[in-house]
Amino acid sequence: MSPVRSNPERLSVLDRPNSYIGKTVPRPNLDRLLQGRGSYVSDMELPRMAHVVFLRSPYAHAEIVSIDAAAARRMPGVVAVVTGKELADVITPWIGVLSHLKGLKSAPQSAIAVDRVCWQGEAVAAIVATSRVAAEDAAEHVAVEYRELEAVTDMRTALDPATPVIHASLGDNLAFERVLDAGAVDQAFAGSDVVVEAEFIFGRHTGVTLEPRSVVADWDAAEARLTIYQGTQAPHMVQNIAALHLGLRESQVRVVCKDVGGSFGIKVHIYADEMATYALAKLLRRPIKFVADRVESFNTDIHARDHRCRGKIGVRRDGAITAFEIDDLTGIGPYSMYPRTSAIEANQVVNLVGGAYTTENYRARARVVFQNKNVMCQYRAVGHPIACSVTEGLVDLAAMKIGMDPVEIRRRNLIADDAYPCASPSGLRFEQLSHHASLAKIVEMMNYEALRAEQVALRKQGIHRGIGIASFIEVTNPSAAFYGVGGAKISSQDGVAVRLDAQGSVICQTSITEQGQGSQSLTAQIVGSVLGVSMDRVRVILGDTDMTPYGGGTWASRGAGIGGEAALQATKILRKNILDVAAVILQSTPAELDIIDNAVVNIGDGAPRIELDELARIVYFRPDTLPPGIQPELMATRHYVPREYPFAFTNGVQAAWVEVDTDTGFVKLLKHWVVEDCGTIINPQLVDEQIRGGVVQGLGAALFEKCAYDDRGQLTNANMADYLVPMSGEMPDIDVGHVVSPTRESELGAKGAGEAGTAGAAAAVANAVNDALQPFGTTITEIPLTPQVILTALGRI
Amino acid sequence: MTAPVTISVTVNGERVEAHVLPRLHLADFLREHLKLTGTHLGCEHGVCGACTVRVGGEIVRSCLMLAVQANGAVVETIEGLSDSGEIADLQAAFRDRNALQCGFCTPGMLMAAQDLLRENPAPAREEIREHLSGNYCRCTGYHAIIDAIETTARARMELKA
Repeated sequence: MSPVRSNPERLSVLDRPNSYIGKTVPRPNLDRLLQGRGSYVSDMELPRMAHVVFLRSPYAHAEIVSIDAAAARRMPGVVAVVTGKELADVITPWIGVLSHLKGLKSAPQSAIAVDRVCWQGEAVAAIVATSRVAAEDAAEHVAVEYRELEAVTDMRTALDPATPVIHASLGDNLAFERVLDAGAVDQAFAGSDVVVEAEFIFGRHTGVTLEPRSVVADWDAAEARLTIYQGTQAPHMVQNIAALHLGLRESQVRVVCKDVGGSFGIKVHIYADEMATYALAKLLRRPIKFVADRVESFNTDIHARDHRCRGKIGVRRDGAITAFEIDDLTGIGPYSMYPRTSAIEANQVVNLVGGAYTTENYRARARVVFQNKNVMCQYRAVGHPIACSVTEGLVDLAAMKIGMDPVEIRRRNLIADDAYPCASPSGLRFEQLSHHASLAKIVEMMNYEALRAEQVALRKQGIHRGIGIASFIEVTNPSAAFYGVGGAKISSQDGVAVRLDAQGSVICQTSITEQGQGSQSLTAQIVGSVLGVSMDRVRVILGDTDMTPYGGGTWASRGAGIGGEAALQATKILRKNILDVAAVILQSTPAELDIIDNAVVNIGDGAPRIELDELARIVYFRPDTLPPGIQPELMATRHYVPREYPFAFTNGVQAAWVEVDTDTGFVKLLKHWVVEDCGTIINPQLVDEQIRGGVVQGLGAALFEKCAYDDRGQLTNANMADYLVPMSGEMPDIDVGHVVSPTRESELGAKGAGEAGTAGAAAAVANAVNDALQPFGTTITEIPLTPQVILTALGRI
Repeated sequence: MTAPVTISVTVNGERVEAHVLPRLHLADFLREHLKLTGTHLGCEHGVCGACTVRVGGEIVRSCLMLAVQANGAVVETIEGLSDSGEIADLQAAFRDRNALQCGFCTPGMLMAAQDLLRENPAPAREEIREHLSGNYCRCTGYHAIIDAIETTARARMELKA
């Protein structure tokens, strides 16, 4: 690690003897998962639990003429067959809009379709039976008559007057539009030596969590209380929304989140079929389980990144970038998703394009249109891969045109490391980034000059290798600016409660959640370090709205930066409270004492004075021996939300080294490098693995992943044999390096790291492929870079 | 062909008698009848590898095999391999290297890894990648998994030497 800026005075609480901060320690909860003894929702069973299977529309757009479920109801094991109309008595519809996304519109969406279906895969009836297999058998006996309607599938013609309007009440198919014009763009283009334009096309893809979406909803009719067991990233959000639409108070809904088999933003939303499952539990007064199968996951898990973006860059001969301009078009399906909306991705693209560079001239338009395809919404690195691919693609095209090395053009245009704080043309405020230190570091890690020499040598042998570079910025630690200001009841603050137990162990309840990132580990590392106890004494509880403080959960790279700071602040208070009572017991003063290795010690010579278990014994069982008026508080709670900066931006750079087989069109990923700056690193291994996992998700988008729809709105590859995901055989080793610029907004100084990998991976690969293809005089601005795309560009097919 | 069939299977060393429908696949039998939920279902069409178990010493995708086909066979799941200690070193290497995040692919991944190491005690990195190429992991990007298996192979070779 090469610190750009050190702030030891800010890290004093963490920089203690036996601190776990900055150290690789194994996550405390792994043995359960390693032995197959995890507790995923798909494993759950409750007494009297029934299973729901949804009958889904085979049409992208159709009227529901009739539903005949009589035969299905007679099938063995069937508890109920429920249509959208029937369920509407239990749960109200919703509209996925937020007030800060001005002009965003959407239509009311029901848990189960009423009268009309708007995408292939929308549920038209729920079949509930005593086993899943019985429900699946019965589903085949539900007869639905449809009248097929014309489907709107091509986003390019969605706004044409001749195209049907999906929701007549909205007037047109435009969900949202944003325009931005900063600086003097026309003047800048006029003053450029070269102006380059390109259209960037992105394949609609999806998260493919290995455990499909799963929920068990349990209505307790006696207590009038609903318990929702769900693999979710945001338990309190689910609690709020379920209560709102079921006509309950939030106190009547408990959300429990145990182990989650992958999320990546897929499980931060609330889906219509999940809403239906909550409602069915209430209607049928028994636990109901829904586990999506893989085909319905492809048809109903949110998709993302279906964008076509025209981009334009101006550059002078000396390499100075003069302006960026984009015109982005994206199709989001028939509804804006609830409650986070489907305008955020396009909004982020407008925010982020050009954000790493100094030019102040930037014009953007983004249009978000409805289509009869599955819904699109936020997926890991929301908007970032689009913005990064467009920006970095344009920068490379400009460099190519003026004959400048891709590293050099970035050196000349990235915001200087000493220019902070500053703001981007779109209004993003940067506290402290490290583009140049990061670029210098990656150039060294990859031995850039040697790779260039190797590339030249291999070209002479007819081997076409390419190097791609992509600098990026990443939105992390979001404040209320993300959702709260728009009226969404999605918390941007998180809370942590820590208490010392009777044997000197620590119980910590946090509102962030765990989906494998290491939330439990980072919380235990912070608590253990700040308090002075060993990690094995810290037990972290999360994922239960009855048990934890109120908070946002784990998404948008916020767990470490926000939840971690709350843990630090709560533990500081507990530590103070312990030292106060220790001073009374020891007839000393708090200033003379410290806690190290589970014992109170003299601050001067480190001599042990009292073990924490002994202190706890006195406080809990012999308070009569304490002086009058002393009431120890061995539990402390603190909450945290960033206030100064709406987002803690991070930055980094990625590089790809690839080989293109110009006969077959296959791309081989030889090596990938990342340097990123997430501020204070709590656990280097966990950060590196977040980066690597994120990179591979981006590599999937770069080379393989695409939801292939036909012109009737049918998803033609809704299975894992036809929709390709990255497997180990095709993936490269990934080297990760760091630059550390802690945020000064928190004492911890941590920013997020969850999305950096995904943000820039595809851009690096696309630039590398174009670099490899330079001798052929062709450039490709479309992903996934399938053999077909490459051979077409090469004129071979 | 739709009436329940009696089968007898040895699962993790224990003999199990059951009446099962012929269409029941082995993964559902393990999960729903025996409550061995460590065998996971990710796709149910034989691509993701999360349901990998050992039948008669060979790894199979338990979603592509019927429970009735396991009649008379010896079946081993992640719970069995964990309790016998057979893969304790591999599990420790996964833990130390953080070669799992959400953990959903992990049982199948460990099954496939152990299968490789029994066949090929000193695999090259590329061979490890190749052998695991039927096991999907969305979290890690595979690098850490390859490292953990490489480390285990090396340690086992040293033990032998």
